[in-house]
Amino acid sequence: MKGYARYFGKKLVWVLITFIFAFLLNFTLPRLMPGDPVAVITQRATQGMQSASAVQEVYKQYQELFGTNKPLLTQFFLYIKNLTRGDFGVSFSQYPRPVAQVLKSSVGWTLMLQLPAILIGWLIGNLLGALAAYLKGWYDRALMPLSIFASGLPAFGMAVVLLVIFGVKLNLFPTSGGYGFDMIPNFSWAFIWSVIIHYMLPFWSIVLIIIGGQAIGMRSMSIYELNSDYVKYSRFMGIKDAKIIRYVFRNAMLPQITGLALAIGTMIGGALVAEIIFSYPGLGTTLLNGIMGQDYPLISATTLIITVMVLAATFAIELLYGFIDPRIKAAQSD
Amino acid sequence: MKHTLQQVFHSPKFVVGFCIFSFIMLTVVIYPLFVKDEPLSIISQGTFFPPGIYTNVYDTIGSQPYTLFLEDAEAKRIANKLGDQERLDMKEWLVAAGIPENEIDTSNTEILMGQWVNTYDPKLQVPGMTQAKLRYYQRLDASLEGILATEGVTIAVKNPETTTLEETDSVAQTDYVNISDVPNVRLLLLGTDNFGRDVMTELVSATGTSLLIGLVAGLIATTIGLVLGLAAGYLGGVVDDVVMFFTNIFTVIPTFVLLILISYSIGQENRGAVTIAVVIGFTAWVWTARAVRAQVISLRNRDHVNLSKLSGHPVALIIFTDILPYIASYVIMAFILQVSSAILAEASLSILGLGPKTSEVPTLGLMMNWAMIYQAHILGKWWAYFPVIIIIALVSFSLNLMNTGLDQIYNPALRE
Repeated sequence: MKGYARYFGKKLVWVLITFIFAFLLNFTLPRLMPGDPVAVITQRATQGMQSASAVQEVYKQYQELFGTNKPLLTQFFLYIKNLTRGDFGVSFSQYPRPVAQVLKSSVGWTLMLQLPAILIGWLIGNLLGALAAYLKGWYDRALMPLSIFASGLPAFGMAVVLLVIFGVKLNLFPTSGGYGFDMIPNFSWAFIWSVIIHYMLPFWSIVLIIIGGQAIGMRSMSIYELNSDYVKYSRFMGIKDAKIIRYVFRNAMLPQITGLALAIGTMIGGALVAEIIFSYPGLGTTLLNGIMGQDYPLISATTLIITVMVLAATFAIELLYGFIDPRIKAAQSD
Repeated sequence: MKHTLQQVFHSPKFVVGFCIFSFIMLTVVIYPLFVKDEPLSIISQGTFFPPGIYTNVYDTIGSQPYTLFLEDAEAKRIANKLGDQERLDMKEWLVAAGIPENEIDTSNTEILMGQWVNTYDPKLQVPGMTQAKLRYYQRLDASLEGILATEGVTIAVKNPETTTLEETDSVAQTDYVNISDVPNVRLLLLGTDNFGRDVMTELVSATGTSLLIGLVAGLIATTIGLVLGLAAGYLGGVVDDVVMFFTNIFTVIPTFVLLILISYSIGQENRGAVTIAVVIGFTAWVWTARAVRAQVISLRNRDHVNLSKLSGHPVALIIFTDILPYIASYVIMAFILQVSSAILAEASLSILGLGPKTSEVPTLGLMMNWAMIYQAHILGKWWAYFPVIIIIALVSFSLNLMNTGLDQIYNPALRE
C-alpha cells in the first residue's frame, strides 16, 4: 500500500501545482486587458443622467463594489478570501446577480451533457478502432477515412450539421435550449421528457466527434499489439483468438486511458463550443454571454471552473489508471 | 531524399490528402486573379441572396430580343407562380366558398383559374380561417393576376415635359435575350451573406487567411516544441527538469481556457489574424515538446551520437547532423497536425467572439460566427455556413490524411 500512496501523493502534488499556476493565470490575464470594464457598466447604468458629478459618484461606488480601485495584490487576496466562501463576485453584465448564482445551474447542465458524451464516445470509439485493427478488410477501409473525417470536423460543425438535418429539416428534435422555453424546471414527466429530447442533438454531436479521434488511436495501438511477439507466440501455442483479443484489448487500452487524461481538456473545449450552437444552458453559453457582455468576473469564474473540472477529470483518470495498470500494481508488491 | 519522396507519393492516403490540400491552395491563389473584388465589400442591399446567376433587368430590356417558340414556355411560366401547393390552397378556399369538391380539378389550370376569378372575394370572411391565412389568399390572388394572359408587356418611359407615359417598346412572351448580350451579369456561386457580401469571394479569402493562421501558429508551436524538446532531451539535467515542469503544467491546463483568457486580455482592437495565430502557436507547443523529448532521449545514447561526441563535435553540430535527421519525419507530422488544430482553434475562438478583429479580413471562424449570429442555420440559408464547414472539414481531413499516410510510411507496423 505504501507504493500506492507514493504514486497518488505524487499525482496529487502535481495537480495542486498545476492548479496554483492555472489560478494565477486566471486571475492576472483578464486584468491585463486594456480598457476599464467598470467604466462600461457605469455608462450603462447612468444612461440619460446629466450631472457629471453624479456619474462620477456612481463610478466610484461601482469601483468600491468590484474592488477595482485597490492595488492588484490586495485584490488578489480579497479574491482568494471570497473564493473560499464560494463568492465569485458580482456579474457585470447581469448586475446585480452574483456570479456564483449564474454559474450554479450551468455547471450541472455541462456536467450532465459532457461527462456521459465523452465517456460513451470514448468507449464506442475504442471498440470500433479495435475491431478495425482485428477485422481489417473493407470494414477497416471504410471506417478509417470516416474516422479521420469525423475527427477533423470541429465539434461545432458537427453540431450545425445535426441541427440542420434533424432539427430544422426533419423537425424531429428542438434546435435550442436545454428544455422547452415554456417550462419551469421541476420533476414532472413532461419536463424530463423535454430535457431528454433537447439533450439528443448536443449529445450525439459530441459523441460522434470523439468516436472518430479515439477509433484512429485505438486502431494503431491494437495493430502494434497484434503484431507483437506475445501475440505471435500465443498463436503458435494454439490459444484461441477470442482469448488473445482480450489481452490485446487490455494492453491497447492502457495508452488510450492515458490519452483520455491528456486529451480531456481539448474535448471539453470543443464540446463547450458545440453547446453554444444549441444555446444549451451550460458553461459554454455562459462563457459566450460573459465575453459578449465584457463581464470579467463571469469569464474568470467560468474558466476557473472549467480548469478545475479538467483537473479533477485528469486526476480521476490517473487514479483509475494506477489501479488497472499492471506495471504500477507490480511496483506495489516490492 | 528522392527515394523518400517517391515512397511518400506512393502512399494512396498521402496522395489523396495532398491533392485535396493542393486544390484548396490553388483555388486560394488563382481565384483572386479573376475576381478582383474586395472580400468584405458589401455588394447587395438586403441579406442572404440565394446562389445563382444574377442578370441585370434594366439591361435585358435594352438588349436585342430573339424570338423563340418553345412549347413548354407557358407551362413553366404558370408552374412558377402556381405550384401544387398553391393549387391545393385554392381548392381549399373554393370548397369553403361553397363549390362542390368534385367540380374542382386542380390539374386543369384554365377551369381552376376560371372558378377562382369568379368566386374569389377578398372581403369574404370564411368561418374558422385565421387572419394570416386570409392575407395569404390576398397575396396569392394578386400574384395570379394576368397569369393566363397571352399578350406581351408594354414598356413606357415618362415624358418629363408632359409627365405622361409614352410607349417605347413592348416585350412579347416569346422574346428571349442572349445572356452574353447583357452587359451586367453576375455569378454569385454561393449567394450573399447577412451583410450582403459575396460569400464565394469571402470564402476564398477566408480560407487563405485561415491557412495562413494555421501555418504561422504551426510554425511557432513546432519551433518552440522542437527547441524545448531538443534541449530537454539532449541536455538533460536541470534544463530537462525545468522544461518538463512547465510542460507537465501546460498539458493539464486546458489550452482552450488559456486561449480564451489570452485573447480576451489582448482586447478586441489589438486582435489581428496574425496576433491570433501567434497566441495559438504559443499555447500549442506542449505536445510537440513532449514527443520530441521522448524521441531525443531514445536517440541520445545511440552509437553514432556517441561517436560524434567522442570525435569532439560541438553540440550544435551533433544536434543538426546526428539527431535532427532522425526525428525530421516525426517533426513534419507534428507540424501538419499543429496546422490543422490551429485552424480549428481559430474557428472555435471566433465562434466565442474572440476571433480576429472583424473589420479587416474574413476568416473561416468569423464567417461561421456571422452565420450563427444571424441564424442562417435556422433560416435555411445553407450557403452562408455549409461551405464554411465543408472547407474546414476538407482542410483538416486532407492534413490528417497526409499525416496518416506519412505515419504508415515511417511506422512499418501500421502498413496494410
